[in-house]
This record gives sequence, C-alpha cells and structure tokens, in this order.
Amino acid sequence: MRAAKFMAFRLSPELAPYLFLSPFVLLFLVFGVFPLLFSLYLAFQTWEPTSGLAAMQFVGWDNFAFALQDEWFWKSLKNTAWLALASGVPQHLVAIPLACFIHSSFGSLRNGVVGAYFMPYITSTVAIAILFSSLFSTDYGLINVVLSGLSQIPLLGGLMPQHPVDWLNDPDTIKPAIALIVFWRYVGFNVVLYLAALQTIPKDIYEAATMDGASRWQQFWFITLPSLKPMIFFGVTLSVIGGLQLFEEAFILTGGRGGSDQAGMTTAIYLYRMAFDFNDFGAASAMSWLLFIVVALLTWLTNRLFSTKESHS
Amino acid sequence: MNSRRFFPWKVLAVLGLISLTLCDVSASQTDSQPPLTLTVAAYPAVDEIVKAAIPLWKRLHPEVEIKVVSRQFNDHHTAMITALSTSFYLPDVMALEVGFVGRFAQGGGLEDLALAPYTIGQFQAGYVPYAYAQATSRNGAVVAAPADIGPGTMLYRIDLLDKAGVTEAQMRQSWDSYVESGVQIKAVTGAYLIAHARDMKDIMIRTGIKPGEGLYFDKQSRVLVNTPRFVRAFELARKVRTLKLDAKVIAWSNEWSEGFKRGGIATQMSGAWLSGHMNTWLAPGTRGLWRAAQLPEQAYAAYGGTFYAIPKGAPAAHKRLAWEFIKLMTQNREVQLAAFKVQDAFPALSSSYDDPFFELPIAFLGGQKARVIWREAASHITAIDVHKQDAFADEVINTELDKVLDRGKDITTALADAQRLLQHRANR
Repeated sequence: MRAAKFMAFRLSPELAPYLFLSPFVLLFLVFGVFPLLFSLYLAFQTWEPTSGLAAMQFVGWDNFAFALQDEWFWKSLKNTAWLALASGVPQHLVAIPLACFIHSSFGSLRNGVVGAYFMPYITSTVAIAILFSSLFSTDYGLINVVLSGLSQIPLLGGLMPQHPVDWLNDPDTIKPAIALIVFWRYVGFNVVLYLAALQTIPKDIYEAATMDGASRWQQFWFITLPSLKPMIFFGVTLSVIGGLQLFEEAFILTGGRGGSDQAGMTTAIYLYRMAFDFNDFGAASAMSWLLFIVVALLTWLTNRLFSTKESHS
Repeated sequence: MNSRRFFPWKVLAVLGLISLTLCDVSASQTDSQPPLTLTVAAYPAVDEIVKAAIPLWKRLHPEVEIKVVSRQFNDHHTAMITALSTSFYLPDVMALEVGFVGRFAQGGGLEDLALAPYTIGQFQAGYVPYAYAQATSRNGAVVAAPADIGPGTMLYRIDLLDKAGVTEAQMRQSWDSYVESGVQIKAVTGAYLIAHARDMKDIMIRTGIKPGEGLYFDKQSRVLVNTPRFVRAFELARKVRTLKLDAKVIAWSNEWSEGFKRGGIATQMSGAWLSGHMNTWLAPGTRGLWRAAQLPEQAYAAYGGTFYAIPKGAPAAHKRLAWEFIKLMTQNREVQLAAFKVQDAFPALSSSYDDPFFELPIAFLGGQKARVIWREAASHITAIDVHKQDAFADEVINTELDKVLDRGKDITTALADAQRLLQHRANR
C-alpha cells in the first residue's frame, strides 16, 4: 500500500524532462521570446510610450522605410563596421601567436599568465571605461603625458603629435580609442579559446614533423593553423556578432551620446537613443531587426568562408 | 473503496482550513486597516528634499506613509517612461526634470492638474510664471507642478578677471565684449573663457525667442534652425574656438571639474544651482574666488528645473492625497525654502522670494548676495515651447556645430544640412 502511494508521486520518464526543463523554458519565453516578438510587433507600429500600450498604431513598413532613409542609421552602421574590423581582426592576429607562445614557453606559470590576459574580460565595463577615460584625458591623461615625453626625444619626437591629442572628443581619434579598449578587453578571451584548442593537437604530429626536418614556422603554418581552424571559425563568429552589437564601451566612453559628429555611435547605441532619448520605439525596433539581418548575413558569410576553405583543403 | 470512504473527511478538512483563513483575514481587516502609502519616485537631490518634508507631511496626514523610490537621473526617467507605457509600477507622484515634462505632456499619461479636483489654476499666481508655462501643454493642460527652477547665471572667477584687468560690466555689455574679455583673460592668465564653444551656442539660440515660439520648431512643426538666431550663435561659437578661448571640455566630465579646480576655466554659464555643486564637490577649494552675474547682453535663460506630476494610471484612491503632497512640496513656503537652503533648489514658489534668506551673503561667492540676482533673472525668463523632436534636434545642431568647429564646415551649409535632417523627422 505504502509502496503504491510512493509510486503515485513518481514522475513518469516521459514527463520528467519537461518538468526539469520548464524553469528555463519559462524564463526563456518571458525574457527571450516575448521581447523578440514584441520588438517585431513594435517595428510595425508608431507609439508614444508615455500614452500607454493602447496608443500603438499600425503603420506597416513605414518604420523600415524611415530607417533605410535615415542618414544617421547608415552612419552608425559604418561606425560599427569600422570598430568591428579595427578591434576584431587584431584580436585574432595577436591571440593566435600569443596563445602558441604561452602554450610552448610558460611551464607552471602558464595559468597565471593566462589569468592576467583574461582579467580585462571579467572586469566591469564601467570600471574599464572610467579607467580609460582618465588615461585618454586630453590635459591630464597618462597617454598624452607619455606622448609628450616621447616628443622630446630627438629622432622619435618628429613622429609624435606636437599638441595633446583630444582622444575622446575628436571624431578622428575616438574610433581608434574605442577599438583599442575593445581589443584589450577581448584579446585574453581569444587567447583562452586558442590555448584550449592547442591542447587538443597531438604532440606526435609535431614530433613527426621535427623528424621530417620541418622548421618551427613550417610546423606553425602546416600543423598548428589548420588544426586551429574550427576554433578560429568559432572565435571569428563570436567577434562578428559581438562587434556588430558593440554597445557598452562606446556608450560609456562617449557619455551615452556617441561622441563628436557621432563618430563613436554604434548601431546599438543609436537604437537605444532612438527609443529612450528620441522616443521613437517603432523606428528603433525596425532598426534592431535590420541590424539582426546584417548580423545573420555576416555570420552566414563567415560560415561559408570557413567551410569553403575547409572543403578545398 | 478506501479513498471513497476518506474523501468527505479530506473535503471537510480543506473547507475548514479555508473558512478559518477567511475568518482570520476578515478579522484582521476589521481590526486594523493597513496604513495608506503614497509612492513618490524621484532622482538624487529631489529624493532628499522629499524625505526632508516627510515629518511635516506626517504632522498633517499621520495616517498616510510616504515611500520614496529613488533612482539615478537617467534611470529614473527611463523607469517612468516604462511605467507609463505599461501602467505597471506607477508611482502616485513622479518627479520630472523640465526636459521631460514637455515630452511626457504629449503622451497624455499624466493627470491634467488644471481640472478638478486639482485645479492648480487657483495657485498659479504663487508660481514663477515661466515655470508654470513650462508645465502647460499646447492644449492648455497643466501636466505638472513646478518645484524648483534654474535661473541662468554667469559664474566667473574674480581673481582671474582682476589679474587680466577685466570688469564684470565689460563682460556683460554684449556677447562680443564677452568674447573680447576672454581674449584678454587668456592672454594674461592662460585660463580659458568658457568650458566649450557649444555652451556659447546653447545660450545664444535661447535668446531672442518670441513668446510661444519653440527652440527648433514652430507650432506647425516647421524647422527654425536656418535663421539669424542660429547663424549668430554658430558664428560666436566659431569665434570662441578660433580664438582658442574654450577648453573643449563637456559639462560634468572629469576635465570639466578639473578645469574649475585648477583655475583653468574663467566663466561658466549655468543654472543658479551650479554654485552649490561647486561648493560641495566640484571645486570646493575655489571658495571665495567665484562671483555670479546676469548673463551678457541682458539675456535670460532657464537651466533645468524640477516638477511633480500624477500619472493617470495611479490608483484613483491615492490621487487626492498625491495632490495634497504635491501642494505641500510646491506651495508650502517652509518646504520650498528648506530645499533651497539645504539642496540649492531655487524655489518655484515666487511668494517665498521675500524671505530674508535671499538677502544673505553666500560664502562660496565671496559674500556676494547672489540670490537676489537669480531672483531678478527668474522674473525675466520666458518659457520656450517644446516639440517632441527637440532632443533629436539638439543632437543634430551639436553635430553640425562640431563640424563647423572641428572641420571648418561652412555655417550656411551646416545649418542647411541640419534643416534637411530635421525636416525628415519633424512630423514623425
């Protein structure tokens, strides 16, 4: 009798997975799916948010048409592409050789070195932005102090700027400043990715190559790089998606406004400003879906690029 | 069979528990009503003013609690937009900065305080006229009650002016003489005249506006930027930059405060409240070195201000008390003056302007009776009509000015470009 009662409370194997998954599914539906669908709905509405939800009016494709004709939307896309390339490409060009160097050169100190490179990735963006705001300060920043010191050196001086650089207010310098911070922040993350991949390459291959007389460079080019290709694809995909959604660093460094001449205004910042500063939630939603299309397209292209090369090799 | 036999007992037990719970709930409801709580949403400084007024409120309404929900300035206004859009978590009273009042007024989510039971009109004479006009929408609805204002003033470093041999009268004579004084100050002391050339443009485009006219748009949403008002503002800003008279630092940046601390900036045009910030945290070490004056060329402008509003979606039973609370905060002389004394919140209640506190010297300003100057300014300021695209227009104008200042773009072309961009948005 007792056993029968106990059995009555047992979950059937068919239902158990659904029950255990339900907390995640529920949260995902509320915080993941609902906002997505709501923004898609909003993209076809005009809405004064302070009037309440009932104030929405269907406008068809107007918001998309407006976004595509909006000079600032295109400007933000160009800025985003520039920053994604300038911060993303060096991340991988530096992270791959750096990971190889750390993998082969540091014995027991390796974890400490990796930790040091990984530290910016886990540090608060706000703290990073405040730190770099001080470093980039025109009159009181350390970077300009160093540049000023270097300009006093006879031969080197000619290459250095003769006046303090207005890093965060000059449209020409704000993009490199942001790109530098993004690079510094994420290079350690990529190093960790590539180190993990390097550990999976069997040592036998290198031993065989050495016996065949292959140099270190040949080993890197013909063994290491091809073996890293799946991880490079993963890392580049993350960089493409992250780069196109760049928000925090640029937002904080430019005081949430995108900087002089909107030179540091990424598309994500523009979307935010369209909604919360300019009160145009409909156009902001339409732009976010256009950005999604761009992200999806570039991710697909990255996939094609890597898979094509793989099939050729 | 067994389950059938026990079923009635289970039902009885459950029913018994429910009835006991209901009895308990009804008993507790009749024994003591929970105290009514008014929720007031505010941002820094305003939240402190509200908290300071709670003892007085409790004396008048001991049965009503006040709960202050405080957020940072931007977070607060974003939260209010979200609350109004969804009608969830609406406070009974919301504090709003003047820049958001016009925007929220167009949404129709705030109570019209001109209507019964509020009838703010009967108190209109008590408020500073321009502040009351700022809270009045185009259709005559009064969507908020003014609590404090920011009459525009020019703060200047008396030590730097003395060293350069420049007088206050010289600087205030006209905008051109202000710039010429800056040349002299820079040459002798090395200090910049102004933090950013943009500050020059900001004040210039706000002067000479006809009553009821907007800053960037007129009532028919026609764009007003390609006008002599903007041309002169851009020209003077460019002159300031060409003569290297601006420090190129944006307000509230680290360099801005460093500029004040180190004596690198000679003047700053802002609301009267800035001297309080200077005294407490921006540049307390410069105590006694600053003075206040009216703006050059007899210009008068408002820099900020706080208002209280009641959301339409707030609980109906609370609205009467919410209005009583707003009246306390905006119509009570004691509360208004306390906020002025402690938080430098210049009263919007003009009937408090005869208080002796206005005549007292301000130590940070070298003993100057600057409140009298600000009181005078408050009586001259006129309200500017707001437009829903003002925030975007502000951004566009700043961008075009940056191009003029940094890249040598022609002013006529810059304003024509701004006009085109704004026309694209005017009717959205």
